[in-house]
Amino acid sequence: MLKIRIIPTLLWKGVGLVKGVGFDSWRRVGPVLPAIKVYNTRDVDELVLVDITANTSGEPPDIESVTDFADECFVPFTVGGGVRDTVQMQQLLRAGADKVCLNTGAFETPDLISEAARRFGAQCVVVSIDARRNEGGWECFTHSGTRATGRSPAEWAHEAVQRGAGEILITSIDRDGTMQGYDLALVEQVVRAVSVPVVASGGAGNYEHMRQAVQDAGASAVAAASMFHFTEQTPAGAKAALAAAGVAVRTAYTPPAG
Amino acid sequence: MTVCIVNYEAGNLGSVRRALHALGTDAVVVDQPSQLDSAARIILPGVGNFRDAMERLQAGGWPGAITAAVRERGRPLLGICVGMQVLAQAGTESSEPGSPTPGLGLIAGLVQRLDAWGCTHRIPQQGWNSLTVRTAHPLMRDIPDGTDVYFSNSFALQPDAPAVAATVEYGAPLAAAVAEGLVMGIQFHPEKSSRAGLRVLRNFLEYPC
Repeated sequence: MLKIRIIPTLLWKGVGLVKGVGFDSWRRVGPVLPAIKVYNTRDVDELVLVDITANTSGEPPDIESVTDFADECFVPFTVGGGVRDTVQMQQLLRAGADKVCLNTGAFETPDLISEAARRFGAQCVVVSIDARRNEGGWECFTHSGTRATGRSPAEWAHEAVQRGAGEILITSIDRDGTMQGYDLALVEQVVRAVSVPVVASGGAGNYEHMRQAVQDAGASAVAAASMFHFTEQTPAGAKAALAAAGVAVRTAYTPPAG
Repeated sequence: MTVCIVNYEAGNLGSVRRALHALGTDAVVVDQPSQLDSAARIILPGVGNFRDAMERLQAGGWPGAITAAVRERGRPLLGICVGMQVLAQAGTESSEPGSPTPGLGLIAGLVQRLDAWGCTHRIPQQGWNSLTVRTAHPLMRDIPDGTDVYFSNSFALQPDAPAVAATVEYGAPLAAAVAEGLVMGIQFHPEKSSRAGLRVLRNFLEYPC
């Protein structure tokens, strides 16, 4: 049985990790590489790494850093931030990323999704969607949450999957950094709109929030940042709590005795 | 002993090399089929698309060299992910209906999309899933039933192919590993499956030959 994944999200700016609230008010939370080492040692299910500098400045992704991360990481990791073409994707995959996250680049050039899926396989193409609530529902935003697109996340997610996306990472900008819980209705709407796994992101503050995203909204994986940076809660703790609630989680490998 | 990783532009080549390095083996990345002449063991990495992978292998002149190393010189071969799939006779990914792309043909069976094997869940299969081991082949040594390993795939070898060494349950039983003498393959990513993955890689490195 496929296990629910618990995914720490690491946002990096230069050599430092940062975390904000509502895609703003960035706070430094320490250096990147030691954090990756710790998560690797603790045997997390997966990591998501987003290059905030590339995201906001329009610079290409920092391939060199990704190579350093890969040297320390024997669990899968997804890299995002500023990815605009398949050449950059190939560089990131070659540097050691397992999946690449497309956000603004996919909006600007939807054909990028299909081209990437054809070249690298759908399984390594993650389309990341940042959404805000409005009167009628939700709206997708690009450029790190600064530019409105006029499109609904469910509709865009559906199109992205039709074009070849192998996974959707749905982030609520309203909940980001608040630790008030995922926007469950948003997650559920996207889960219903697509046939690929959906990662819930934005708002996790405790293990119960993760349980809700999985059991109530149907997410295949839960991402969290603030909760792991700023509280005592850990991915291992999340696993234990989810397992107690009846969610299938991954167990660490122990070689047979003798 | 030289462990050679075939470089045909597969995305996970670097990660595979890093994982081998963590096990104390410095593998050589080979760009020319003739370099396999001195290979003690061969790893065929892979991420992506069956047809694309076969086209790249053929363009590089690899199929004959790989087959000769295994069949004539008795070198163990490990295919990973798409590298495992192309060991099979044929695969349907990106091919015209009714005419699948021929593979290397080192193991019997066809590679198809997961739903063609009865999978009713979300495709791709993304994440950690537990193995059911179906063989006593050394590739699966110290890998007990229920071991979680990392999958990222939309296609898989037919689950009842004779060489299937482990399966995984995902709405239906799916092929997770093959092993038939010197020819071994794993659908999951050992380089990304933490300690369990490193154990499987070590089993390959220790396979007697």
